[in-house]
Amino acid sequence: MLLIKCPWCGTRDMSEFSYHGEAHLLRPPAPAEVDDAQWGAYLFARKNPKGLHRERWMHAHGCRRWFNVLRDTRDDRIYATYRPGDSPPDVDAGDDNGENNGDNNPGNPT
Amino acid sequence: MNSIHRQVNRLAAGGRLNRAKVIRFWYDDRQYEGHPGDTLASALLANGVRIIGRSFKYHRPRGLFAAGPEEPNALVQLENGPHTEPNRRATEVELYEGLIAHSQNCWPSAAFDVGGVAARLSRLLPAGFYYKTFMWPPRMWRAYEKFIRHAAGLGRAPAEPDPDHYDKRHAHCDVLVVGGGAAGLQAACAAAAAGARVILADERAEFGGALLERGDGDDGDGDGDGDCDSDDGDGDKAAQWLGARLAELRRAAEVTLLPRTTVTGYYDCNFLVACERVTGHLGPSRGDRAPRERLWKIRAARVVLATGSIERPLVFADNDRPGVMLAGALRAYINRFGVLPGKRVVALTNNDSAYLAALDARRAGAAVEVVDVRRHPSGALPERARARCIPIHTNCTVSAVECARGWSRGRGVASVQVMALSDDGREVRGAARKVECDVVAVSGGWTPTVHLFSQAKGALAWREDLHAFVPGRPALANPCLCAGACNGAATLAECLEQGRAAGVDAAAAAGFTVDDSADSAGATAAIDNASAQLNIDEPRHAAMRALWILPCEHAIGRGPKKHFHDLQNDVTVADIELAAREGFEVSEHLKRYTTTGMGTDQGKTSNLNALAALSESRGLPVAALGVTTYRPPYTPLSFGAVAGQQRRDLFLQKRVTPMQPWHVKRGAVFENVGDWMRPYYFPGKDESMRAAVQRECLAARNAVGVLDASTLGKIDIVGADAVKLLDMVYTNAWGNLAVGSCRYGLMLNEHGMVFDDGVTTRIGEQHFHMTTTTGGAARVLNWLEEWLQTEWPDARVYCTSVTEQWAVASLSGPQSRALLSELCAPEQPLDAESFPFMSFRELTVAGIPARVFRVSFTGELAFEINVPARFGLALWNALFAAGEPYGLCPYGTEAMHVLRAEKGFIIVGQDTDGTVTPFDLGMDWMVSKKKTDFAGKRSFSRADTARAGRKQLVGLLTEDPALVLPEGAQVVAELRKPPLKMLGHVSSSYFSPTLGRSIALALVADGFQRKGEKLNVAFMDGGGHQARVTAPVFFDPSGERARG
Ligand SMILES: [Zn+2]
Repeated sequence: MLLIKCPWCGTRDMSEFSYHGEAHLLRPPAPAEVDDAQWGAYLFARKNPKGLHRERWMHAHGCRRWFNVLRDTRDDRIYATYRPGDSPPDVDAGDDNGENNGDNNPGNPT
Repeated sequence: MNSIHRQVNRLAAGGRLNRAKVIRFWYDDRQYEGHPGDTLASALLANGVRIIGRSFKYHRPRGLFAAGPEEPNALVQLENGPHTEPNRRATEVELYEGLIAHSQNCWPSAAFDVGGVAARLSRLLPAGFYYKTFMWPPRMWRAYEKFIRHAAGLGRAPAEPDPDHYDKRHAHCDVLVVGGGAAGLQAACAAAAAGARVILADERAEFGGALLERGDGDDGDGDGDGDCDSDDGDGDKAAQWLGARLAELRRAAEVTLLPRTTVTGYYDCNFLVACERVTGHLGPSRGDRAPRERLWKIRAARVVLATGSIERPLVFADNDRPGVMLAGALRAYINRFGVLPGKRVVALTNNDSAYLAALDARRAGAAVEVVDVRRHPSGALPERARARCIPIHTNCTVSAVECARGWSRGRGVASVQVMALSDDGREVRGAARKVECDVVAVSGGWTPTVHLFSQAKGALAWREDLHAFVPGRPALANPCLCAGACNGAATLAECLEQGRAAGVDAAAAAGFTVDDSADSAGATAAIDNASAQLNIDEPRHAAMRALWILPCEHAIGRGPKKHFHDLQNDVTVADIELAAREGFEVSEHLKRYTTTGMGTDQGKTSNLNALAALSESRGLPVAALGVTTYRPPYTPLSFGAVAGQQRRDLFLQKRVTPMQPWHVKRGAVFENVGDWMRPYYFPGKDESMRAAVQRECLAARNAVGVLDASTLGKIDIVGADAVKLLDMVYTNAWGNLAVGSCRYGLMLNEHGMVFDDGVTTRIGEQHFHMTTTTGGAARVLNWLEEWLQTEWPDARVYCTSVTEQWAVASLSGPQSRALLSELCAPEQPLDAESFPFMSFRELTVAGIPARVFRVSFTGELAFEINVPARFGLALWNALFAAGEPYGLCPYGTEAMHVLRAEKGFIIVGQDTDGTVTPFDLGMDWMVSKKKTDFAGKRSFSRADTARAGRKQLVGLLTEDPALVLPEGAQVVAELRKPPLKMLGHVSSSYFSPTLGRSIALALVADGFQRKGEKLNVAFMDGGGHQARVTAPVFFDPSGERARG
């Protein structure tokens, strides 16, 4: 069970959170003006990376706020959590699956 | 048979037993005796019981093979009745007074088993036999399955509820040490000395691990007289050291010692699950005890794995006979339990550690011979054995096992045949020598117990010298350290040093460093001292010979003899070769095809030998094959422990309304809606459900009915941008809604599909009261919050769930106004002009401040009275106190469904299923044409949403007005031989008392254009019925009654 740091409440068990898929999806500001392909991309197209993934979580059994998580899907390592509207931090997970990173605290985002 | 058996194999002294106290127990309906300190396994061995069960597939007799959690054979059914538990390993069951156990997988008993005939049919049961034999033809599977389930019977599940209770506990610590052997104890002491909060868990009743199993055989100067009780042996040194360590840990304030606690799972971010047997080892409770088991959920900053190692067997011809056991297990039985399981022991080995067992058995009084597959065993231990005049057959193997009195009813091993090995070890040659024996102690080296490390996604590394996988790099998310035998440590001194280092490092990583203060220095010195105390002179073990699959006169799998590598699942080396020939040569495929390692022991003694056999078949090194994935649990967990207190009433939260006591008193039948308990109907005396529902419906249509609608989802929406939010989440427009007015709304997801509906009321200029479906309340609140937090963080709106703050009594029927007015002051006019349909007033009802909404889900004149929840019951009582003259009748959810279906009102989730648009429901009028955007709007013009031929909501009237169509039934054009073209399905169906006939709602392709058409509804039994397509509104289509 992962440890996730809510940007407002601090580090908590994963069981307090719910998952809400890919983050930073842009809803077309004027949906009527986009074509079916663009609208379809907003509705359906999701990244499924092997590696870093920016995703939305919600502190369902806590402050009930949405926030973003930068997670490596290969080893579930969480590199950062940040508030909606903040831009994702720039991290380099590399191809060595984080082996060179000295900080290996459980679930403690840097 | 009541005569008590003698403990024929019990040694006069030695072991960690209390011989002064006798424990009586029952096994297969015979009575035996043992002592405190025994396990069921050791007590059975002491009593000379050799056959403990029948094997899974071939029903071959099996005996005890191990002394710990790796035991593959001795699975028993423990206790009877509600306390019964299948598949308990006898090696892990502590003996208690009155224990009752039965052998499994055999009938009528383990010693004489009818199913043993399966053994003679073994040629019909090759690898993959489930897949090959039983899957075809498919219609026969049911017949096969019965046979297989019976034949494979791994015990019986209890038929009665478990009378025990179970508990759970969450814990946090700095250092969790798994395994309380020498390394683990040392680690715990070191971490505790640094000031860390430590939890030390060990699966056994006593800490000490392998230390408890050391005998004087380790000691170079033993006198060989069989006296295990001498006071200067290593066993005593170990006991003293153990006592000192434990005393130290008990003194430490921040240390939690958990004996009888198996860590079964290692999950992300150092979250581990452990099961503590709190009172389970005492036998069945009478409900007067602490919990039987407690499930620990532990979050540790650092984990030290000191999980030890498991001995690896050698695989030789008929190696499954009762009497064949691991050499280490033999030592454990002699030294820890004071049991010598036989008088004549043959130790078969490829390494030095079996010599320890040979020496211990010799000292305990057995005649011992060693069969060593190595050409020139020359280490200190073989020398010691030679000094004790133990014959050693070098470069030899056991090539056959003879059992007493024929094997099917046999009493186990009576003799073995010893033959010389060829140079490459793949064949036997020369003359066979017969050696009489009743125990064959085998050792193929030791396999580090890396299960938890591997569960934690740590990478395993191959150690060529050990011929085993050891922990490599831990996963970043699960920082742990390994120490002792699980880390490949070969000697006790290594275990102690690794344990100390792991404890210090783990504590340091968790923020506890030993500084130079006197306290810390003292603690460190104490640890070093302690290590010195346990300075046992241990002979270095010589190298093993890399040979585990041992030959006999026939090629393996060709003759009558079987080479089992997996005893629990009855899988042989020949099965592996066959699987590899058939292409299942990846270890994960091999496992599933042959079922090797898939028993309740999870292949603890078999996995590596399966890989060895596969390696032989494929000509690849084991390291290149890789291990199959280790998954939790390490040993089986009881359902009771997993469930804990979450059973019966505590299984799932139950939400009840403030009026619940009245409903119960009135004899309501309840149904679960979401987490809520709602009255389903209120039966009178001897009244059927159908009669009750009909009566309730008619009351609501003709007089007045009342529904407890408190469960409706309610969301309070406040703020300057409230209208903007409603405009975005509903299909219709909200800006022009007057204060005090109500409006129905449809909520869509971005796909344009209906996902909730309800009435929202403007309480004030910037204040709305939204209602949602009972089951959708949380979903809708999340939906609103998601828009507000992630799309418009600047919007000035607050949403608050007030579902539980308001109790709601919904009055419905022509008499509802008259009844309500009795409870209101005269200056509160309720006439249609002062209080029109779809409006809201703040009134005082029965003296209670109330929000009353003139909305109707039944099509009748209706008032939804909302009062603060604490007044809900008072309101309800007041209604009934005044209601009798008006014919007030409580109605439940079923009548509500009938009433709304008569009106064609949808239930989201019943008449919609996530693929239905407002247009499919014929609710075009609900969709604003002026708004440029709202959730889901853009999707209306997607090709699939806009296409012709979509399923649309219609009414169905059956030919036979008495027939009520089954909900979910398929609507088809014509009834004929399948396959039929399906047009849609019946979504709601009831008998309408108002209309005196059945009615149904259905989603039917092109339904709107089919009005008047006759379609068919197909039934499960192959029959069907004709029905006419109509509009979905069956009653009062103009809506006069609600507006009245
Ligand atoms: Zn939070």
